[in-house]
Amino acid sequence: MASLDPMDNAWRPWRLLAPALSAIFLLLVVPVAFIVVYSFWLRTATGADIAGFHLDNWIEVLTDPFYRDIMGFTIWIAFATTVVCAVAGYVPAYFIATTQFKHKAFLLLLLMLPFWISYIIRTMSWINILGSSGIVNAALIWIGLTDEPIQMLYNQWTVIVGLVHFLLPFMILNIYVSLYGIDRNLVDAARSLGCTGWQAFREVTLPLSLPGLAAGSLLCFVLGAGTYITPLVLGGPTDAMFANLVFDAIITQLNWPLGSALSLVLLILLGCVVAVYNRFAGMGQIAKSFG
Amino acid sequence: MGDGTQTAVDLQSVVKRYGTFTAVHETDLEIPEGSFLTLLGPSGCGKTTTLRMIAGLTSITEGEIRIKGRRVNDLPIHKRNLGIVFQNYALFPHKTVFENVAFGLKYRGVAKAEAAKRVKEALELVQLPQMADRMPSQLSGGQQQRIALARAIVVQPDVLLLDEPLSALDANLREDMRIELKRIQDTLGITTVFVTHDQSEALAMSDQIVVMSAGHVEQVGTPEEVYNRPASEFVASFLGNSNIVAASVTGVDGGVAKLEVDGLGPILASVTGDQTLSAGQKVKLSIRAEKLALSDTAEAGADATVLDARVTTVDYQGQVARYFLDAGGRQLQAINPIDEHPLSEGKQVSVRIRARDCVVLPA
Repeated sequence: MASLDPMDNAWRPWRLLAPALSAIFLLLVVPVAFIVVYSFWLRTATGADIAGFHLDNWIEVLTDPFYRDIMGFTIWIAFATTVVCAVAGYVPAYFIATTQFKHKAFLLLLLMLPFWISYIIRTMSWINILGSSGIVNAALIWIGLTDEPIQMLYNQWTVIVGLVHFLLPFMILNIYVSLYGIDRNLVDAARSLGCTGWQAFREVTLPLSLPGLAAGSLLCFVLGAGTYITPLVLGGPTDAMFANLVFDAIITQLNWPLGSALSLVLLILLGCVVAVYNRFAGMGQIAKSFG
Repeated sequence: MGDGTQTAVDLQSVVKRYGTFTAVHETDLEIPEGSFLTLLGPSGCGKTTTLRMIAGLTSITEGEIRIKGRRVNDLPIHKRNLGIVFQNYALFPHKTVFENVAFGLKYRGVAKAEAAKRVKEALELVQLPQMADRMPSQLSGGQQQRIALARAIVVQPDVLLLDEPLSALDANLREDMRIELKRIQDTLGITTVFVTHDQSEALAMSDQIVVMSAGHVEQVGTPEEVYNRPASEFVASFLGNSNIVAASVTGVDGGVAKLEVDGLGPILASVTGDQTLSAGQKVKLSIRAEKLALSDTAEAGADATVLDARVTTVDYQGQVARYFLDAGGRQLQAINPIDEHPLSEGKQVSVRIRARDCVVLPA
């Protein structure tokens, strides 16, 4: 029997949420708190960390132009990837949403197929395509357009290609969900009122799909800006992104305090992007795509 | 024809097929200028397909459609100058009421000041002048319906197409909107094609009703013609409550045919001028339930038949009662006004049927 005690009812949601909240607390809040504390420690030349409250790491990260440039490069790569995904993703999303094809679920399954293969393997697969002995160079040599393999890999463009490959399904899915929710009668109504097909798209379909486009863009930007595998595998020596700095500081140099400060800067920046998005679009749209 | 009765929409031998399935069989239809024509039928009868073909939302397989004399078969929808009201209203959710209503004017190149004036007039016509700045989501269903109507008529379309516009409203509102819609149509004198499955909407609003079934036009006529002189068994059974029985013709005398009905005996039925009946012919006899007059005693005559029957079930409806009768083993239904009390079950009654209320249909 349900309890009639109002206090008991007031606590019920919290009791039900307790397992999830404890998991979030232990696995997310506590580690981030450790990172925050670490970021104020100091690493000495001998390799030992000095506990305490030192702003040195933060001052270095926020004032050194080296970090600022890499942050700018990271934003550029994430932005370019997002734009390419948005443009390239809209067409297939529109096709899946409007097709009369009977097996629409199959098309969506195809969209999910890449997720069954490890992200690292998918990234490495570009080496077989664009590498010196990859399929593109082999084809170019075979048809005689070039004698020597062309160096196509290991620059910022291949980083963008790799990221688009990784992030495009997220974009397509988000746009598809918002397109699918648009009442077909709205387009017919616009047409009956004098719009050509293209005008009806601009007046009705495109604006009503903007929430999906925005949600997909947010996901692409945040995931793109946080990646370190793609620049590691497909980028050149000068194409490090911000997450690579964190990786280097912590894994290579064992400099946990500096790595902590760097990772917090990235976290705060991406947090701001999410906050701005949430202010204008709301997080509900992203939930729809995964619902 | 004179100026007052020009044809606004003309369907000539129009056919719609989807693969091997024929949604609309060969149909001819002339819709006079300024008239209110209803396509009536159950779902799947082809009425919406016919409307969509006129609109240009669905292509036609064969035949020709003319709007105001112009062949529109290959004319895309945005050049047909139509106003459409959809069942779910289809207001643009991201635009204000004003922007919704002004939408068609924008694409007709109407100047801003003129457009604002016409939007205001349209909103006044649908009695929502104060709603211009609202978003559609802030309106009730009935209000959205009116805005959808305003959006369709503000462009002064050649034809107004209404696709079950009332069926999403609740019952009371539907009857109000029915009167409202007819008032606006009368005011503007706009040629209107209305699709519905609701016979009372069709009877109340239409100048002409086209009854459709399984892709065929069963009958075209005024509401009175369709109701009182159904042309087929389908029309008789779809509109109102009818008794339909198999009969055979035993003789024809002037405008009255004598029929023999199994279990009921001889019944007199009037015959319209274009019907030719011969003795021995198998036919169907249709009599409206409200035309069966029940009383204690009744007299037959040259223009009426009297049957004896027993009331088996009474369906009390307030003003009227629906009686199920057993007449010689055959079940009939009668709807009669109630005088103080309804007849009681088991009562023996006389059923008087006037010849002119009997409609002879092809078997």
